[in-house]
Order: sequence, then C-alpha cells, then structure tokens
Amino acid sequence: MVHKANSIARYFAAYPHEEAVAGIADHFAKFWEPRMRRQLLEYLEAGGPGLDELVHEAARALQTGRS
Amino acid sequence: MTLIKETDFGTPPRGAVPGAWVTLSIDGQEVTVPSGTSVMRAAMVAGTQIPKLCATDSLEPFGSCRLCLVEIEGRRGTPASCTTPVEAGMQVRTRSERLARLRRGVMELYISDHPLDCLTCPANGDCELQDMAGVVGLREVRYGYAGANHLEEPKDESNPYFTFDPAKCIVCSRCVRACEEVQGTFALTVLGRGFQSKISPGGQPFLNSECVSCGACVQACPTATLIEKSVVEKGQPEHSVVTTCAYCGVGCTFKAEMQSNEVVRMVPYKDGQANHGHSCVKGRFAWGYATHRERILKPMIRRKITDPWREVSWEEAIGYAAAEFRRIQEQYGRDAVGGITSSRCTNEETYLVQKLVRAAFGNNNVDTCARVCHSPTGYGLKATFGTSAGTQHFDSVDHADVIVVIGANPTDAHPVFASHMKHRLRAGARLIVIDPRRIDLVQQPHIRADYHLALRPGTNVAAINAIAHTVVTEGLANLEFIRERCEAEAFDRWLAFISDPANSPEAMEAITGVPAADLRGAARLYATGGNAAIYYGLGVTEHSQGSTMVMGMANLAMLTGNIGKLGTGVNPLRGQNNVQGSCDMGSFPHEFPGYRHVSDTAVRESFEALWGVPLEREPGLRIPNMFDAAMAGTFKGLYVQGEDVVQSDPNTRHVTAAMSAMECVVVQDLFLNETAGFAHVFLPGSSFLEKDGTFTNAERRLGRVRKVMPPRNGMADWEITMALSNALGYPMQYRHPSEIMDEIARLTPTFAGVTYEKLDRLGSVQWPCNDQAPEGTPVMHVDGFVRGKGRFMITQYVPTEERTTSRFPLLLTTGRILSQYNVGAQTRRTANEVWHSEDVLEIHPWDAEVRGIQDGDLVALCSRAGETTLHARISDRMQPGIVYTTFHHPKTAANVVTTEFTDWATDCPEYKVTAVQVRKTHQPSAWQTEYQEQRRRTTQLAADAAPGSSGSEGSNGSNGNHPNGGNGKNGSHGAGAPAVTIGTKEPARTQG
Repeated sequence: MVHKANSIARYFAAYPHEEAVAGIADHFAKFWEPRMRRQLLEYLEAGGPGLDELVHEAARALQTGRS
Repeated sequence: MTLIKETDFGTPPRGAVPGAWVTLSIDGQEVTVPSGTSVMRAAMVAGTQIPKLCATDSLEPFGSCRLCLVEIEGRRGTPASCTTPVEAGMQVRTRSERLARLRRGVMELYISDHPLDCLTCPANGDCELQDMAGVVGLREVRYGYAGANHLEEPKDESNPYFTFDPAKCIVCSRCVRACEEVQGTFALTVLGRGFQSKISPGGQPFLNSECVSCGACVQACPTATLIEKSVVEKGQPEHSVVTTCAYCGVGCTFKAEMQSNEVVRMVPYKDGQANHGHSCVKGRFAWGYATHRERILKPMIRRKITDPWREVSWEEAIGYAAAEFRRIQEQYGRDAVGGITSSRCTNEETYLVQKLVRAAFGNNNVDTCARVCHSPTGYGLKATFGTSAGTQHFDSVDHADVIVVIGANPTDAHPVFASHMKHRLRAGARLIVIDPRRIDLVQQPHIRADYHLALRPGTNVAAINAIAHTVVTEGLANLEFIRERCEAEAFDRWLAFISDPANSPEAMEAITGVPAADLRGAARLYATGGNAAIYYGLGVTEHSQGSTMVMGMANLAMLTGNIGKLGTGVNPLRGQNNVQGSCDMGSFPHEFPGYRHVSDTAVRESFEALWGVPLEREPGLRIPNMFDAAMAGTFKGLYVQGEDVVQSDPNTRHVTAAMSAMECVVVQDLFLNETAGFAHVFLPGSSFLEKDGTFTNAERRLGRVRKVMPPRNGMADWEITMALSNALGYPMQYRHPSEIMDEIARLTPTFAGVTYEKLDRLGSVQWPCNDQAPEGTPVMHVDGFVRGKGRFMITQYVPTEERTTSRFPLLLTTGRILSQYNVGAQTRRTANEVWHSEDVLEIHPWDAEVRGIQDGDLVALCSRAGETTLHARISDRMQPGIVYTTFHHPKTAANVVTTEFTDWATDCPEYKVTAVQVRKTHQPSAWQTEYQEQRRRTTQLAADAAPGSSGSEGSNGSNGNHPNGGNGKNGSHGAGAPAVTIGTKEPARTQG
C-alpha cells in the first residue's frame, strides 16, 4: 500500500503542489475501494512511515472531504 | 441456410473520384463505373460474368490466363478484360464466335495437363477450372492427355492445415500474388519458365518455408491445388454462417462453412469491415479447440481444493455456488465476494457478469483481464481525450503518411491488420518503430523502417518526452490546432515542462540508449511527414509508467494535430478479441457500462431504476486488490468467467496463495485451467461457435457472433450467468442475447443506437452509435474531443524501481508469437503447436557466450520473484543485456519470474521489465516440479461420482469430463475414490 500510494504521488509530484494533492486525493477517491482507503488512513494515524508527504496531505484532504 | 458465395468482380474496385465516372457499353448495355475500373469489373457490375481464371477481385489484374478476352469496337485484337481499363463510349463485346473459339482453345491447353478426376477431387463443386470448362463449352481436348504433363508431381502435405498438389496447378499465380499483395509475406514464387513453371514456397516444403499459413493462397486458388485438409477429409460444406473470430483484437469476420453442426472450414468474409476477406493462421485454421477432447462439458464441485472433482447436475452446481456466495456474504460481509469478466466472452455475457456483481452481490468488486493489459489505455486516453478507446478505424491506415509502431508486434499479434499496414507501407508510407526488439516489421520485403528506436525496456516515457521536446523546441508544433482544440492552461503548463532541457533527446540518450539524432529524426518525421498515426501495444501499457506513456502519446498527437482525421490518431492494438468490449461493458470496479463512474448519482440512478435494486456508489476491488484482500482475510469468494488469473497475473506465488485463501472460487471455462486448480465449482463454458452475441474489436467495432452449433456443454455462458443470478435471488430472464443488447443500449448513451437488426443490416457498427451517429463513428474526436477540449498531461519520466543488479544483470521482456495466442488455451489445442511447441528464451550472442550458453541449451531464468527453465535461442534481435520470451506455455510459466511492480494509475503489471539472470541448467526449477505435483493433485476427478462415467473411457460418450481419456489409471486419491487426472499431458489453460 505504501509503495502504491507513493507511486501515485510520484506521478502527481510534477504538478503544482495544490493540484498534486487534489489529484492524489481524487485518485484515491475514484479508484481505491473503501477498505483500502481505510487501511491508508489507519496507517497514517499510526504515523504513516515511508509515505510520501504528498500522500499525507492527500489523505488528510480525503478525510476532510469525507467528514 | 445456404452456402454464402460472395460475388467476384474479377478485379478490385477503384475509388470513385467526383466527376470521374465513365459510361461505356457492354454487350449493348450501358454501364457507368469509376474511371480506372477494368472492363471485366464493369461487365460484372452490369451483370455479365466474363470467363476468367487468373483474375479475382482481391488481387490486382495479371492478364495471364487469356480466358477473359473481349472485343472492343475500333481496337485490334482481343484484349484481356481484366487489364483493360474502361473508357468513355467504349463498345465492348464479351461474347462472339471468335471469342468462344479462343476461350475453348485456352481451356483445351489447361485441361490437357490437368487430372480428370473431378468426381473424386476435393474441390468438386467448388472449382473455377471446372466451372470455366463448363462456361466455355469445352467438349474435347484435341491434344489428348498423353503428352508432357505435371500429373505425377508429388503433393506437399507438410503444412498441418492445407495441401499443395502441383498436379492440379494451372500456374495462374493467384497464390503468389495473394501472398504478396494480401498477406505481404512474399513466401511464394514461380520457379522455372514456360512449361517448367511451378509454384513453390522458395524451393522447400511449405512447413519449412517463410509461409505464415494465413490461408490467402488457399482462398485464392481456383482449383484443388491448395486446399484445406478439413475439406479433403470432410467434403464440401453445405451452408455457412457469418460470425466474428474469437482470436485477437482485429475481430475478423468469417464464414463458418458447415456440414450440419460440424465446421468444415472457416473462410474470411470479403465484406468483413475489419479484415476485408483476409485472415491469419489462428482464425482461419486453429478452431479445433472447440471440439478438443480436453473440453470440460459437465459441471463439477468439491468442498476443498484438495478434494477430487465430483460431476454434478447444472442445478446442483449452480445451487451450491449461490449458497456458498450467500454464506460468505453473511459470514464475512457483503464485500467479501466479487467477479471477473472475460475478454473472450461476448459483450452481452460480460455485461451480465458485471450486472450480477453489482446487482446480486451488491458491490462493485468486478474487474477484467484488461487490468493486466490495456487498463492504462483507458486511464490515459480518458484523461487526455475523454474516452477509453482507439481513435480510428483500421482503414484509416490507408491515409497515413507516417506510421509509428510503439511496443507492439503486429505481424505476430495482430497479423491481419499488420498486412493492411504493410500494404500501406509498401505504397510509400514512412515507418518509425519504437521497441527494444527488432520486430519483423523493422525490415520486411519492400519495407524498411526509417527509424528503429531500440530503447531500453522501461524508458518509453523518456523517449516520447524527447520526441515531444524536439517538436516543441524546433517549432514543429501545430499551434493552430492546439489553440482551437485544447485546454490552453494545461498546454501552457505542459509546454513549460516539456521544453525543459532535461527532456531533450541529448539528455534522454543516456536513459533510453537511443542516439539523440535518431530521436530528433523520428520527431521531425512524425511532425512534418504528413498524416501521422500511432499504433501501440502492451509494450506501452505493461510498465510502471504505462498510463503516463499513453498520455505522452496522446500529447504528441495533439501537439502535431494528428488526431480527429483520417490517417492519424492514437490506436491501441487490443490483445484479446473482446477486451475493448469487456471494458465498454462496465467490467472495471469504478465504472458502469460506457465508462461512467459509479459515484455519478444520475448514472447510478438510471441503472437502479432499470435493475430494481440500490447500487453501491464506492469503487470496488481491482483484481490485485482482491488478492490482497484475500490474503488479509476479507475477500473469500470469486466468480471467474473465462479468465485464468493464476496463469496470467504476475507473481504467481502471491496469486496462488490468495486463491488458496478463498472459500468459494467458481470458474466458468472451456478447459480446466490453472485457476480451476484452486476452484470449488467448475461450470463448463461454451465456445464462440456455440452462442449468439457481439464482440467489439480494437477499432470499437461491434460485430455479430452467431451460433453455428448447439453448446456442447448444454448452455451458453450468458445462460449460465443468468442461472447463477437467479439462484442468488436476483432474477434475470433474457430469452436471447439481443434482449441484453437492448438493455445495454437503453442504459449506455454511446450504444444507444445499437440493435441486432442494425448489426445484421450494416454488418457492424463502431461506437459511439446513437442519434448523433446512427451508423456509428469510424473516426473519433473529429470536431472536438469527447471531453470537450483536449488536455495535455504532464508526463514526467520516473524510472522503474525494477533495476538490474550484479545478481540480476539482464532485463527480461515478454511478447507473443504468431501461431500462439495469449496463454495458449486455444492454440495449444490445435496443430499450431507444430510451429511453437514451447516458449524459448531469446538471448543475444554476447550474453550467451559469457554464460557458456549455446543455441538449444536448457537455461534457468531467475528473478527475485522466482525461477523457471526453458530452452535458449541465440538471437541478435535483442540488444545485449536484454532477453526475451513468450508466455504461451504453462510449463514455462513466465509469471513465476515477473514482479509485483505495476502501473501507478491502474495496477497494470510491469510485465515488460524484469531484472533476471540466466544460467545453464539440466533440470526444471523447484517451483516447476512442485507446481506440476500440485496441479496433478488439484485436477483430479472422482470418477465414480457421476453415474455412467466410473473410470471407463468413453462411457459417457464425447460429453464426459474425461478429456484425456481418463480411466482411473492414476489410482486412488482423496477419500478412497478412484480418481483421474484431467489434462495429465500438460496443464490445461483458460479461455481468458
């Protein structure tokens, strides 16, 4: 999961920061099944070691968007 | 039903140029035809058939047989009507005493050197020589039959599918010309001169020659000289049914020529809009798998995968599967089950499987084999153009001035379209090949690529960026097109990105291994050579940057305005017959049919209204996610129609562990495939010959699949899915696949105009087919992109994490070969095995030498994921440092070696880049030995469980599950039940 999330971040890293974060969050929302997103959020809550900073931000955006 | 005989106009049509029509008189009747048309064709248009032998309308006129002579007012002599173009006011006579005498004289000469065995000849009733003898009124042969002749010439029966009998040959050269003009292989020639002239595949037997067994010569032959062995054995067919081939994404239309319910031969249909009467060795000849003895024809169940299979009734099998799925959902939750649709089944069948998952299972856990092939095409083309499909019809290639082939090997994997493409290349189109391997297309008779960019595997994006950089920085972009058709902001941002010197050919040379000058040269040619068209395959998509590369190609097309018109476009060459259709039909876990996201409330409500159930708004699991969830214990049940994930998906150990963790796997297939080794229910599937439906080919063309025989297993696949859905408590009550298509059309705007009546009337249609395009859409994005404005996407090159090391210093890439198809489920059960009975490892002479490897040596192929063994073939088609193999044979199991790296956007596996080591060996790998044993254990049938089939070969006729003549010879297994092993010769393969 960490590898997968980071590879998405590596693609969007070429975009301006805000757009990259939004793009990653949108990708999670559109293509990741809920239990995968839950797993990601749980991992983040546990510190999210190894996750790209863009993934951290995107996941937070995802969480905010959902709440 | 009757035997369909297409009208032969003698010579090909000529394109009608406005104002260039010619009116002439033939036997007193006026006829108007396009200028350039032959007198022969004009006569046929007028309803007059001029006798002929060397002419047929699939070939350019040749003028050798002298049978088609005519008289033309004001001209001397008797010109050949096939080579004489029409002229305005021309007065032609096709019948006269002089012409009759001349034609009889010609026929006398032919017949004086032809066996008089018409009644026992296999072409009796289908022989043009016989017909012409009748037409010209031949009553005697004044020369007798005792003179010099060729009647004792030996037959060449080396080809498994057709014979060559030179005794019957009239040396009309139709076969030679078909090989050249239609197929483009140039394998045949005329040896000798005059009376010594003889047709030959280069002075050697057909099997050893360059012949690719496409069948064009057999089709063109006017006698029994070249004839299908199936016709020799069975006799002439009595009726035919037009249907669509079940191999590859070209989607050729064929006539299944039948005797009652038995196929005699498959003949390409001249009116087929994808293939125009051409075929390849697979579609033309390799259809015998449908009646292969290894087909499973009765349902089977077992509680554990270590139990022997038990034959049961359809009711019991379906009831057991449904009860198990419901039990799992009650125990583990609604989302603990899912399904996989088949790219080899029909659109209607695929639609039903995803409907079952969404409506009966109540989740979106549905996926398809496109996950491992063209899912990046879907993502990339949707992001840039707005829809997930190729932009052109195949005929568009006739208008291309520059053809770019990237990561595809059309002469092997899409041979009929390759012939079409080669025809255009021989006529002058320029060619750029971007591929690590020197594919055949790089140099063919009368074809030589202007550029072969032999890049390192995994560097496609670097190469496409370098090409785009060149176009931009050298001022070759089509700014007018971009201004009118593309999003300005996205373009400006992309422009800044691509203009960076870091993307220059000089900077990328070190990464790609391609000289900067070649990258620049190719870029200039693409941008300035006229209409430029991109064709690509899995060498683009099966990478960690597969989706990025698709977007890079789309950027390039928009940058140069090579989109939205004939001769241009971005065109995926789809691997399997209906992989386009399976994607269209909603096989992805995030999309309903027509590529509409499940979170779209209006779309979801339209499905809910018609299907009568609430639907899930969240995306479901992709195939690799299903495996991960299975390992995590949250995914326990899987319905697999016509797919073999154990064979086809990467990192086999992970896949088999996940499959073993499930509690109910239902496999529906023709054969007991590798995935069936992990199944609890086996539902026998039906072949494409046994059902009605539609396939959608790589050009978005829906073609009809028509039932030519009853399902040998008792039910078509769509009926099986219906039965399962009904047993799950979600009713499906279609009486015919046309009703399913009607439902698809009601729910999917791009298919709104599709009906079986229209398909029957027009032959086929290309989606979008709706009120705006009632007869379909050959070329997309003509006046605007589907998404409105085209969107340039940034395509930063990110190197794959799969790197060579001292331990794994070589890069493995994989591909296909002409005679085999995908995992070989069908073709390995045909005589195509004669050409490719095993996968081999192509290795460069330098790499072989340093390892002490000689041609034919058994070698171990090892990666960090696993190890397998196969034989080596020394070849300089690969660059040093790169090895290549195919993946058609289970005993090789290339996916033991491939890794878990995937495309960032779609999870498409990175099959094309694996770091490996190669060494000589003398034995199979430990995995191969272990897997063979596991395979033997998990494919056992409790022979005494089915009445009348207790271990006696043939006791249940041809319908029993004893495809290998199983008779209990393997002794007792399991709980003391006598058991047989199915497919003991070699593990069986899948339909998917």
